[in-house]
Amino acid sequence: MKTKENVLLNIKNLHVWYKVYGGYLKVLNGVHLMVREGERVGLVGEAGCGKTTTMKSILQILPPGEFHIPQGQIFYKGQDILKISFKELQRLRSREIAMIFQDPTAALNPVFTIGNQIGDVIKYSAAFEENVHKEKIKTLSIKVLKEVYLPDSERIYLNYPFQLSGGMRQRVCIAMAISSPRNLLIADEPGTSLDVTIQDQIMRLLNEIVEKRKTSIILITHSLGVAKEMTDRIYVMYAGAIVETALPEVLFKNPVHPYTKGLLASVPKISGGGIAKGIPGKLPSYLNPPSGCRFQPRCEQESPICSEKPPQLFEIEKDHLVACYLTQR
Amino acid sequence: MKQATNNEILKIEKLKKYFHIGKDKKGPIYVRAVDGVTLSIKYGETLGLVGESGSGKSTIAYTVVGMYRPTSGQIMFKGKNIGIEASRRSLSSKKEIQIVFQDPGSSLNPRQTIEQILALPFRIHTQMPKRQFREKMVELLEKVELSPDYLYKSPPSIGGGEKQMVAIARAMASNPSLIVLDEPTSALDVSVQAKIINKLIDLQKEMHLTYLFITHDLSLMRNVANRIAIMYLGKICEVADSVTFFEKPLHPYTQMLISSVPVITEEEKKLKPKKVISIGEIPSPVNIPPGCSFHLRCPYKMSLCSKVDPEMIEVFPGHIVRCHLFAKLENKKQERSDWCEEESAIY
Repeated sequence: MKTKENVLLNIKNLHVWYKVYGGYLKVLNGVHLMVREGERVGLVGEAGCGKTTTMKSILQILPPGEFHIPQGQIFYKGQDILKISFKELQRLRSREIAMIFQDPTAALNPVFTIGNQIGDVIKYSAAFEENVHKEKIKTLSIKVLKEVYLPDSERIYLNYPFQLSGGMRQRVCIAMAISSPRNLLIADEPGTSLDVTIQDQIMRLLNEIVEKRKTSIILITHSLGVAKEMTDRIYVMYAGAIVETALPEVLFKNPVHPYTKGLLASVPKISGGGIAKGIPGKLPSYLNPPSGCRFQPRCEQESPICSEKPPQLFEIEKDHLVACYLTQR
Repeated sequence: MKQATNNEILKIEKLKKYFHIGKDKKGPIYVRAVDGVTLSIKYGETLGLVGESGSGKSTIAYTVVGMYRPTSGQIMFKGKNIGIEASRRSLSSKKEIQIVFQDPGSSLNPRQTIEQILALPFRIHTQMPKRQFREKMVELLEKVELSPDYLYKSPPSIGGGEKQMVAIARAMASNPSLIVLDEPTSALDVSVQAKIINKLIDLQKEMHLTYLFITHDLSLMRNVANRIAIMYLGKICEVADSVTFFEKPLHPYTQMLISSVPVITEEEKKLKPKKVISIGEIPSPVNIPPGCSFHLRCPYKMSLCSKVDPEMIEVFPGHIVRCHLFAKLENKKQERSDWCEEESAIY
């Protein structure tokens, strides 16, 4: 089943720089990521490691004029979407890929009703195929609100975002994302700003939607527990590069990269056992990043080659890739 | 609990804090942030106070340090009532209770240097001459593993974890005995969090501190706290020591919380109660439902629950629950092994 034809999204060696006063912030440094059809992919990493930048460069919603892509390709269904025309890009954004943002309060416009905002999504995405009648937009919106288990959806259709709670707002955002047929959902930390019980509900909802609609999903999270429960494959990201990727069972049983090991040990467990030391140091400055492996200043097992050039992803066993010189000796 | 009154450093009794937000035809409207909380902390222990946002846990923290005046109830600190706002408290009691806030970015003044920030507690709480401050401040920074040149840096120029370390150093400066930690690591990454938590545990042993640790992260509490108290809508639902808490949670809300925690290992998976899954949301503290405030989300709700507010029941020594399910168990005071059978009968 996992043949090459089924690859939906393939990011190859993506570099993204942001323009700032002192030069360029070299945020992404060669990201490789692959999503197959129907696959649930988790992207795990700490704050500031470039998870959201990667996702925003797929949809090309990075701040205009403030970024630069020196190299890299993003293939969606075999087509390099960094080179397509604006009209094709609009179609991609409204019919193919949808994104769910971290903070539902910021993602919804406070001066329009929920119905209005969902209606817009349906109207513009349908415009690529056919014109939809106003009444039909309303019935479709209410149907999609019911699908995300919002109680009393007729009333919520008329509500403004501030009248809803955080969990309900996130459900509305999910409803917007699935209101027209999509092949890929990008969920950018959908539960992080919510309480643990609400996060659990949102995750179960997303899982159900993905299974029912057979879409692929990229789930960005900094919680390794969420990634383990929700995904078929995990990518671990550090300072703008993928450092390790494996199936969840393999990754949690046999982490190889020193960063993955440190990250896994830092997670407190409900079965007790204390907390490990954590990882010393902090993320490098993106203005002048280390020339070799970006984890090298924090790594306890560094060797001279580490500061020369960045390590490439290397397959140590089937479906388990690691970017570290330790594995390549 | 009753016999151990002399080794309690802090005792909160029937604490209430209402916020007046307006009025309608029926009279004034209040947000009932804290609604009758009774808690006690022993010398040298870490009490974890866990709850969802809006449950009133931060309000308790702020009332303990004196940022709010309680509506009613008592806060006994080392046998003295300090249930008043900080401006009316004695300097010595203020010196003994310190707080570390959630977001170090906003709790440290960005226009001051670390030196100025750390000098303030010495100026207020000691009679030490100014020239000795520097030595003391370097000592403090060493305690939190920062080098002395941090004294001349300002908060925006250092990382989030380091800022929180400075905030901890500031809290330690007056040599307190109780520190209120209001979600000290929730704004930080796990690898940084691990470092700060370990430092806090070391400092507790070194300086004989007592912590009131407020968080929404249950798995963190399992590894840090001696006892855990769960809060829901301004009331305490369950208090137990941290091992019992995860191995034998009694209150349905506790079970819901534990079953919602995302876990990694198989060992953890076994601890998750399977029968309770998360439904519904926390109601607004303006309109607290009648009876037990949790009954709208509770899978075991009975007709009694929507009418009568349950009492705090000590089911086992040191294990307190506020739930009608356990009312009949109170008289029996069974052994823990018997209780396991009883549990399957109820559920």
